[in-house]
Amino acid sequence: MGTVAASRKVRLATTSLAGCFGCHMSFLDIDERLFDLIERVDFDRSPLTDIKHCGACDIGLIEGGVCNAENIHVLREFRRNCKVLIAIGACAINGGLPAQRNHLDLGQCLQEVYLTGPGIVHGQVPNDPELPLPLDKVHPIHEVVRVDYFIPGCPPSGDAIWKFLTDLLAGRTPRLGHPLLHFD
Amino acid sequence: MKTILLDGLPLPFADGQTIMEAATEAGIFIPHLCHHPEFKPQGSCKLCTVKANGRYVSACTLPAKDGMEVENNSPDLNDKRRTLLQMLFVEGNHFCPSCEKSGNCMLQALAYELEMLTPHFEQFYPDRPVDASHPEVLLDFNRCILCELCVRASRDVDGKNVFALSGRGIRKHLIVNAESGRLADTDFSLADKAAQVCPVGVILQKRKGFAIPIGRRRYDVEPIAMQVECAPSRTSGEQES
Repeated sequence: MGTVAASRKVRLATTSLAGCFGCHMSFLDIDERLFDLIERVDFDRSPLTDIKHCGACDIGLIEGGVCNAENIHVLREFRRNCKVLIAIGACAINGGLPAQRNHLDLGQCLQEVYLTGPGIVHGQVPNDPELPLPLDKVHPIHEVVRVDYFIPGCPPSGDAIWKFLTDLLAGRTPRLGHPLLHFD
Repeated sequence: MKTILLDGLPLPFADGQTIMEAATEAGIFIPHLCHHPEFKPQGSCKLCTVKANGRYVSACTLPAKDGMEVENNSPDLNDKRRTLLQMLFVEGNHFCPSCEKSGNCMLQALAYELEMLTPHFEQFYPDRPVDASHPEVLLDFNRCILCELCVRASRDVDGKNVFALSGRGIRKHLIVNAESGRLADTDFSLADKAAQVCPVGVILQKRKGFAIPIGRRRYDVEPIAMQVECAPSRTSGEQES
């Protein structure tokens, strides 16, 4: 621990794109091991710090796929700033639940949800310029930027996340075997 | 006694046995999807590719020969098998968190076994509507890997010919043999062999999906490579309980 404390702490950023924050909740499931983690890690941009933009980091954890223009900006910001980028969870890895709309026409989806669906009166499709434009399809993040590592699961367990991060921080090749490797 | 050398280990075999049969009898796992010990092998999924005397062959179709040197569990072969799995994953819609076969699925279990962490290739996201017409069975074509086990079971065991593959190349897909194309308009029944053999989550018994909770299912409990000896009941999962 002495050498790690003497050297610079590892800088870690996390974000959720088209995700449900379930992977972040699972990250918190490492529970008291968070105390070990903050001995070795400083958090940069993350829902845990509320820092809005990512600075130069060692590790970036991305939850969620890419479903709108803002997701792409954030993802590219992370890729620019993080030496190691990790896709965490089903959505970041294969699009996950949001990608279940991919075989539908986006225009028709918006029409049905905001205009023609049951129980809607005086509906309108949201068009505030502040809202990021949705993409016609949801994509996993490796279709947009280069991704170094993947932690599958919906969400991956706290134990899987811990195993992966401690392997990485110790300089080992991160490895998830049975039963930590799960897609569900 | 005639033997093959599987990863350096001498295995006895009887005349006519394939490499897969010799390995299975010895309790050694060779990854596979379209192979099923109760059916004539067809060698289409290529997951069981091994190197026999230096050549890539399907272990499920090639008869063992005395003195044959077979490479099975090697980084080279497992890399190729992982790539095949990745291609299967991106071609269909394999969204495990929403699939009731999760934990009992051979495709998923092999992906765990071969440590497939990402589908790597670009997703196809094909549009494949489900067929919920049958009172007892749901067909979710999104997960079909074209192993033809249901085709073979329905034709060779049930004598009904309910399923077939149609189209060519990337457009090849599973169809139901009825004018309407709907399973309800065939004589398919839950008691059919074809209802029991799907290695993935296409043919699903209705109202039974979560009888065993996720996390306590067949491949949650033990990796697929450790379950060689019980291969004949491989797709059982919930049906048997």
